[in-house]
Amino acid sequence: MSEGGFVSRGFGGRRRTPDDLRQRLPPGQYLERDFPVLTAGPTPQVDAGEWKVRIDGMVANPTEWSWEEFNALPQEEVPCDIHCVTKWSKLDTSFRGVSLDTLFDAVEPLDAFAMAYSYGGYTTNHALEDLTDGRAWVVTEHEGEPLPREHGGPARLLVPHLYFWKSAKWLAGLRVSDHDEPGFWEANGYHNHGDPWKEQRYWTD
Amino acid sequence: MDGLGATAAPAPRAPGRWQIATVEQIRVETPRVKSFRLRLPMWMPHLPGQHYDVRLTASDGYVAQRSYSVASSPLEEGVIELTVDRLDEGEVSPYFDDVLVEGDQVEVRGPFASYFVWRGEQPVLLVGGGSGVVPLMAILRHRRRTAPELPMRLLYSARSEEEVIYAGELGEETTVTLTRSAPPGWQGHSGRIDAPLVASLAFDAGPAFVCGSNAFVEAASNFLLGAGYEPQRIRTERFGPTG
Repeated sequence: MSEGGFVSRGFGGRRRTPDDLRQRLPPGQYLERDFPVLTAGPTPQVDAGEWKVRIDGMVANPTEWSWEEFNALPQEEVPCDIHCVTKWSKLDTSFRGVSLDTLFDAVEPLDAFAMAYSYGGYTTNHALEDLTDGRAWVVTEHEGEPLPREHGGPARLLVPHLYFWKSAKWLAGLRVSDHDEPGFWEANGYHNHGDPWKEQRYWTD
Repeated sequence: MDGLGATAAPAPRAPGRWQIATVEQIRVETPRVKSFRLRLPMWMPHLPGQHYDVRLTASDGYVAQRSYSVASSPLEEGVIELTVDRLDEGEVSPYFDDVLVEGDQVEVRGPFASYFVWRGEQPVLLVGGGSGVVPLMAILRHRRRTAPELPMRLLYSARSEEEVIYAGELGEETTVTLTRSAPPGWQGHSGRIDAPLVASLAFDAGPAFVCGSNAFVEAASNFLLGAGYEPQRIRTERFGPTG
C-alpha cells in the first residue's frame, strides 16, 4: 500500500488476481503462470552421477550423500507457492525431495546458522530455524519431472516460505556455523532474511 | 512527528525509500519502447547496471510493482532514465506506454542490487538481446562520460532495424545483429548471435555483461564460455516476465 495516499493517475490495474488467490500473494507480488529463470551467471552443468550433497561445519556427524544414497532416503511430495523477489509468484506448484529434517537427523547440527552453497559458487545464508520443522527440503523433481537444469537440477534447496533466491539451485551442501554471514545476493543488496510476507526484499526493508 | 521533522531538510540520499518522481521527458525509442527521464526528490548516484522498483497505485489501493533497469549515467544528477519495453499482457509497462505524459508523477525506489554492475573494470564486453540492452546502455553511457578510451564492445541483438533502441547513440563500439528482418542494403550482421560472432568480439580478460531473455542469455553465455570466458567473468541478468 502506498504511503501518503499517492495514486497513480489513470491506473486501474488490469492484471488483478482473482479474489480467491489474492490473499495468497504477498505484498507487491503478482501471479505468474510460467516458471521464470533467474541466475547470476552461466547455468552450471552438474550430472546426477557426479552430484553429491554434503552437510558439515558445526555438526556432530559431517555427512555426504551420493545421488544413489540421496534417492534412497525418504522422499516427500511438497506442494507449495513460491515467491521471487523480482515480484512474480507461482501458486500451487510442487516439488519432490528429502526434508532437511531427515538430513539433519543424520548430521546433528550443533549451531544456529547455515550457509548453503552451490555448484557454480552461489551461496545463500539461513538461520537453522528456517530450515527445520518441515519448512525446507532438498528437491530433485518439479511437478513430477526431474528438476530441469535451468531450475537447479539435479537438486536444489527449497525454502518456500522465503523469497526464492534463498532456495539455492545446484545445491552442493550446507555448512553449519555459529554465526550468520551474508550469502551472494545478501551481500549484493538483498535482505538478509527475505520473508515475502514482510516484503523483505532489500537491505533497507 | 517529533517536531524536528518540520524544519529538518529531507535526507538527500535515501536508497530503498519510496519517493514520488516527476516525468520530465519521454522519448520514443521504438514502436514498443520509450525512455522516461524521471526527476527524483531524493536522488543518489547509482552504479551502472542497477535497477529501480516502480509502484503503481489505483484509487482503491490496488498496487502493482515491477523493476526496471536504469539506462542513464549516474553523472546525470537528480534524474534517472528508465527505458520501458511494452508487454501487451502486462499492467505496468502498458501504463507507462499508454498513460504517462510529461509532468506526471510516478512512485519509485532504488537504486538496488550490486552484482550486475560495472565498477570500472576493463576491458568490457556487453551482450544484449532486445530490451536487455537497457542496463548495458547505462554502462556504455557512463564509460563515454568518464573513460572514453576504455576498451568496451557492445554486441546487440534486435529483431529488426526499427526495434533498435538508442539507435542514434550507438557508435563504433557497437555491433548490431538483426534476427528477423534486415532492411535492403543492410551492411551489418543478421541472424541470431552465434559462436563466431561472439568470439570475434571477445576479450581475453575482463568481465562480460549479458542481459536479455533467458534463452538469449543461455545461448550467449555458452558462446562466451566457448570463446574462453571463465564462468566468473560472465555476469548475467535474465528477464523474467516484467509486465
